[in-house]
Amino acid sequence: MPDVFPPDTVRCDACPVLCYIKRGHAGACDRYANVEGELVRVDPHILLDRAKSQGTPLVPFLEREGDWDGKILKGQETFVTAIGAGTTYPDYKPAPFIVSSEVEGVDMVTVVTEGIFSYCGVKLKIDTDRHLGPERNLVRAQGEPVGHVTTAEYGSQMLSLGGVHHLTGGNKSEGRVTCETLLDLCNGREVELTIDEGASVRVAAGRPPVVNGQREERMRVGCGSATIGMFAKQWFGKVDDVVVVDDHITGVLSEHQAGKLLGVRETGIAIQGRRSTPGRYFQVAEPGTGWGGTNISDPLTILKPFKTKFAWPHLRLLMVSTTGEQFAYYELDDALRPVEKELPEALKESVGRIRENCEPALTSVLFMGGAGGSLRAGVTENPVKLTDSVKRKLTRVTCGGAPAYIWPGGGITFMVDVTRMPENAFGYVPTPALVAPIEFTLKKNDYALLGGHVDYVRPLADVLKEKERQRQLVSHAQNPWPLKPHIGSSGS
Amino acid sequence: MREPALIRMLPDGRRLHLHDGPIDLIIEANGEPRAVSAAYEAAARRFVSILDELCEELPLLRSHARKNAKRPRGAVAERMFAAVEPYCEQTFITPMAAVAGSVAEAILESMTVPATLERAYVNNGGDIAIHLADSHRYKIGIVERPDRPSLFGFLEISAADSIRGIATSGWRGRSFSLGIADAVTVLADSASAADAAATVIGNAVNLPDHPGVTRIPAREISADSDLGDLPVTRGVEPLSCSEMFAALDSGVRVAEALRAQGLIHSSALCIQGHTRVVSPSHAPASIESSPRSLLHG
Repeated sequence: MPDVFPPDTVRCDACPVLCYIKRGHAGACDRYANVEGELVRVDPHILLDRAKSQGTPLVPFLEREGDWDGKILKGQETFVTAIGAGTTYPDYKPAPFIVSSEVEGVDMVTVVTEGIFSYCGVKLKIDTDRHLGPERNLVRAQGEPVGHVTTAEYGSQMLSLGGVHHLTGGNKSEGRVTCETLLDLCNGREVELTIDEGASVRVAAGRPPVVNGQREERMRVGCGSATIGMFAKQWFGKVDDVVVVDDHITGVLSEHQAGKLLGVRETGIAIQGRRSTPGRYFQVAEPGTGWGGTNISDPLTILKPFKTKFAWPHLRLLMVSTTGEQFAYYELDDALRPVEKELPEALKESVGRIRENCEPALTSVLFMGGAGGSLRAGVTENPVKLTDSVKRKLTRVTCGGAPAYIWPGGGITFMVDVTRMPENAFGYVPTPALVAPIEFTLKKNDYALLGGHVDYVRPLADVLKEKERQRQLVSHAQNPWPLKPHIGSSGS
Repeated sequence: MREPALIRMLPDGRRLHLHDGPIDLIIEANGEPRAVSAAYEAAARRFVSILDELCEELPLLRSHARKNAKRPRGAVAERMFAAVEPYCEQTFITPMAAVAGSVAEAILESMTVPATLERAYVNNGGDIAIHLADSHRYKIGIVERPDRPSLFGFLEISAADSIRGIATSGWRGRSFSLGIADAVTVLADSASAADAAATVIGNAVNLPDHPGVTRIPAREISADSDLGDLPVTRGVEPLSCSEMFAALDSGVRVAEALRAQGLIHSSALCIQGHTRVVSPSHAPASIESSPRSLLHG
């Protein structure tokens, strides 16, 4: 090799052109590339295998001769995804794969194409009670604006990233970084984001978020008041009063509506902070990493002396945080001062239940995109009919075999959970825009009715014969099988 | 490991697909069924050795073509050289600028010699060689952005026109361009001539030293590129109307000159939604822009 080339240049021997391919680039054919110094075929077309269990997620399919024993195709059902299918160029030609397969006696057609989406983005749901930043503030990656903070939802903060304005509306570097960020998030990689006047977070689909360097573990079951409502019955009779400590709304059983309905007696308890409605208190302490997202480590600091008019010696009090991770049990002495005691057996269960109802904190990444007219034209000669067919549920939309939620209203605007798609299902073009797989599945006669490219329909067996560019994956255990014929007028 | 060439019919049963290394051809012939199958067989036979032939002379084909210099020996290579020869004194050009069109042309020729066809085309990734007999015609759509497909124009070619080749070049395409056109489509007497001319006109649609244009030495992207250290276009920021017109003007001047010399028949030049067409005034076949592009331009 001439010494002018960097050391990790590889020479491709797939054809006599014998390209020298630099790291991160492809050869003259665009089919072989240098990935981390290795010569790799870059366009495998992914097929999904229906399997009962997730098992080993990846089964090589003739990627190298002799690796594959030929078992899978014979026994199981196969769904052709759009990953690596390539886009039609231009799109008003029929999509690259229009595949028919007979499922439970119904002729199904799947139209498989990779869409180029410059109208696309991701919605992030970050499970955390921590304040990530003011609503509407910019979210940045590598210093470039890539999205904004949107609403706080139950136990989580939503971020909206991407969209056409960041992708193509800003300067070049903003578009490039946005595209990179979306691509990484959609392909399950970790991304670092900073929020103007807010936190820095590290997020990846399906993994716990890391906020300012601290990993989130659990979501709370509800605010303190909600927790009182949920567990009041389980506490009644076993304890005289319960305080659920929460930075947002601290709840008190004896004053709370739920306690009143059960006939819980007044206890004379007095709480620091601002009373909102009976049994609900704001600002019992400062935000922090102590009990229930407050800065306290000793819960008694939020209590004022019990009112002697109502309290009584041996009064039983449970204090617990919204995640059940912290708890303490007290009984009042003769001077009506709380004295910590061991948690009685009868209360252990309810504390444990709070804890078990706190789900693991995760980041969820939903890809959102719209199938434009030309993409739809790859499916049918009359694009609007596809929209109509999708809206009437005659056509099912999947992304790499994962179910997609279709927004009501015009067009085919969809959202999909990227963790249910095969690995590295997304690509990009330098426009910049994301390349995402999209499959439309419908009955063959419905396809003909909507003006589909019926002449281009190929039997599944035919597609499977083109082994050289295919990869077989086991389908995600939670995904409904894309070809299951429960859709349409005759559906069950 | 050398991959064997792929020879197959496309699922529609009408078109032939030939693939070998970087060459990917879609072929369709019309005529008597027996003639069509004879033509397809001839195409496949010719195809299997074509890449090896070219690769034997690859270093020569990747170097600046010069008159009176050593000429390549292979039939396809000679065609490539002849196609770029008219430009080699004014500009840096290598025979590789005409490789796609020349391969398409050679395959088409192999088909029309043994079989009598009504019409046929060999499409080599957008560089197309066509054959038309008698009163047969082809209707052809034109796209300005390969990555954002939408048809902006179309044209009809009949047997009576001298056009037998169509080629498109642009910085977004698979081959490198020194210019900033999204696409330059050229109609010419042969696919190899169209291919070379599209490259030359594409290079001329340019705004030298414009800060909004990202250029990278070709060798940094493709280690053995024939363009060596020449800066190839990798990104173009949105341009103002006057900038687009300036870039198109410089391309149109070159296209007009090539048309006057008889090297091309007509050409459509596209940049960021603006299109200019260079064609003879009374041409029976010329590129028509659709109303969509008129809205833009």
